[in-house]
Amino acid sequence: MGRKLLTEHINVEGIDTFDVYRKHGGYRSVEKAIKTMTPDEVVEEVKKSGLRGRGGAGFPTGMKWSFLAKPEGVPRYLVCNADESEPGTFKDRQLMTKLPHLLIEGMITSSYALGARTSYIYIRGELLYVLRILEKAVAEAYAAGFLGKNILGSGYDLDLHIHPGAGAYICGEETALLESLEGKRGNPRNKPPFPAVSGLYARPTVVNNVESIAAVPVIVNEGGNEYAKIGIGKSTGTKLISACGHVKNPGIYEIEMGVPVEEFIYSDEYCGGIWKGRELKAVVAGGSSVPILPKDLILKTAAGEPRLMTYESLSDGGFVTGTMLGSGGFIAMDETTCIVKNTWNFSRFYHHESCGQCSPCREGTGWLEKVLHRLEHGHGQMHDIDLIVNVAKQIEGNTICPLGEAAAWPVTAAVRHFRDEFEWHVTHPHEATRPGAVYHGGLVLA
Amino acid sequence: MAKITYDGIEIEVPDGTTIMNAARQLGGKLAPPAMCYYTPLKGSGGKCRACLVRVAAGSAKDPRPMPKLVASCITPVQDGMVVENTTSQQVLDVRKGIVEMLLINHPLDCPVCDQAGECDLQNFAFEHGISTTRYEEERRTFDKVDIGPLIQLHMTRCILCYRCVYTADQLTDGRVHGVLGRGDASEIGTYIENVIDNDFSGNVIDVCPVGALTDKTFRFKQRVWLTKPVDAHRDCTHEKCGGRVTLWYKGNDVLRVTARKDENGEVKEWICNECRFDKKETSDWVIDGPAHIDRSSVVSANHYELPVLNQQVIADMPESTMRELAQNPPLKLGGLNG
Repeated sequence: MGRKLLTEHINVEGIDTFDVYRKHGGYRSVEKAIKTMTPDEVVEEVKKSGLRGRGGAGFPTGMKWSFLAKPEGVPRYLVCNADESEPGTFKDRQLMTKLPHLLIEGMITSSYALGARTSYIYIRGELLYVLRILEKAVAEAYAAGFLGKNILGSGYDLDLHIHPGAGAYICGEETALLESLEGKRGNPRNKPPFPAVSGLYARPTVVNNVESIAAVPVIVNEGGNEYAKIGIGKSTGTKLISACGHVKNPGIYEIEMGVPVEEFIYSDEYCGGIWKGRELKAVVAGGSSVPILPKDLILKTAAGEPRLMTYESLSDGGFVTGTMLGSGGFIAMDETTCIVKNTWNFSRFYHHESCGQCSPCREGTGWLEKVLHRLEHGHGQMHDIDLIVNVAKQIEGNTICPLGEAAAWPVTAAVRHFRDEFEWHVTHPHEATRPGAVYHGGLVLA
Repeated sequence: MAKITYDGIEIEVPDGTTIMNAARQLGGKLAPPAMCYYTPLKGSGGKCRACLVRVAAGSAKDPRPMPKLVASCITPVQDGMVVENTTSQQVLDVRKGIVEMLLINHPLDCPVCDQAGECDLQNFAFEHGISTTRYEEERRTFDKVDIGPLIQLHMTRCILCYRCVYTADQLTDGRVHGVLGRGDASEIGTYIENVIDNDFSGNVIDVCPVGALTDKTFRFKQRVWLTKPVDAHRDCTHEKCGGRVTLWYKGNDVLRVTARKDENGEVKEWICNECRFDKKETSDWVIDGPAHIDRSSVVSANHYELPVLNQQVIADMPESTMRELAQNPPLKLGGLNG
């Protein structure tokens, strides 16, 4: 049984209220940081902890914090990215619904460390009910003196605002988020300058994921070194994984970094195996944008080592035989899943969500979707398979923001590992379009 | 000052100059193509990705190559930077891809388009694209929207460079048009149906790289390469307008009036709507002499030239390029290395 650092008290009755949360040790990190530590010491602890950004990219949070420009007399901002919209990822929603005060505590401690006097939580527009939960919690924190002027008599002031988005996936990209927060159209900005130099309202800004910020209180309370003891190598601490798809027990699991993927899927402590007694076919391990892997490669690396739930192990083999931990959106697919249909579905999402600012992504995502639609519906030709790979390569790396890559990776990976299935759709259009028809070394009817 | 190497040519430029502007100092033909970047418009650039170049060495201090191709129009130079434009096969390949992407939803109605002959997309596609298409799907089309008596918006041709949005923002008060929708459904529009009506609105026609915004007083009157450009000026009473323009003649008639453009095809001075739409008699103007058109080669020379390739610094040029070069020898880089 792994340690639960974030979700230890998630099922306690009334934990979303200030009093209950406080009774269970809440807001200790704020007291400890503000009363006994300098901001730089807090940053140092986070650096020591080895915490890596939980939003998907896995960039070390402490290092990100230390890049923040600190010119005299210029305000700086901390913005929490709660615009969780990657298909398959729903960990932040759960965390904010059940433990709103954990995020707020993290925001206060982190803002103190960064010297921010105003901080924002940018929450996905679809999660209006979560917004209300957070607003209630913020009001409680203000009433208890943990937010507002002169927190705990220290002279440190902090205002925390919650701002909902308007339903665009692209606003989860940090610079698009900042544009949206400023009240503009959510188009990603050209970089450089990076937000650490010129972010919100052209001021130095740090943008962190919900889960990263929620980990800060634990790190401050227990110490960075303690936190770093959990996990393997450069993947430290615990990670929330949102398991979905064809598993017996879908849901949110807090795992210690380093749990073998096989154990995560088949152990009763976690997913409990594949539903209806079926076989695992493929896994998308970190939200829809990361490369899909077939069963053999997700359970074991190409070298035959067991694959672990860590940043390094999942990306072992690069994109040829590996994938990414990403945001922790773990989608398992059983043998009745049509990979072509699934890839088309992902493509449709990215086509719909492209902001339309730069040409490769605007035009390419639509092109990919149309060709995949053709392939899935039995109108594809053999050269279409190479075409989609080529179009995806033309998008990848040539766009302003990472949405281009997010749209390209699922397509290239699906063709890389499941090419025979794409070819079968071309050679057997009538069979492929029958309801419930799936390729599994031949036609199978689900 | 920063010293950079661009396609094997060394040049020294002030700090903060972008790669694009450094390259333009070497001569317009050597610079990467630009479909969205427009020097007079603050904040433009970075969107079309036509100007992507490879940075083989980031700077003298940190000579590592940059991991991805960078947009040359917004990336400032660093001392010791090594940039590859036409000397990198990767750049040329990606550029081919960008042409393809820009064209898949473009109507290719050049024969009936007023922009033909001075169209940035036409030039870009001719110089960097391929002559076939792999796109079999239906193209995106839009209904024509009426945005006033002077300007025609033909959204189907638009490549979403955002130039007209920046123009309206920076030249006039109260912009009424912008980008609506997202992805490949984005469109330039006025929300809710509105008329673009101000003294400088006509400038969006000049900045449009394609035929999405055209002059209603000139539409279908004449192919541009059959008209004669002449520089002229008048005492314009509008405080922000210098009255220096280019008149486009057919015989003795002034068919249209545009702003003067520099060698990169960018407007030198904005002009007001009175000069552009109302003054179409020779007697309204003082003639300065024939205008020289650099970039839009159909207008300037009635023929196209291949882009300059710096052959000396290309290690292993692809065979197809060699063949092409043998048939059409490239221009000499006069004074620099040729």
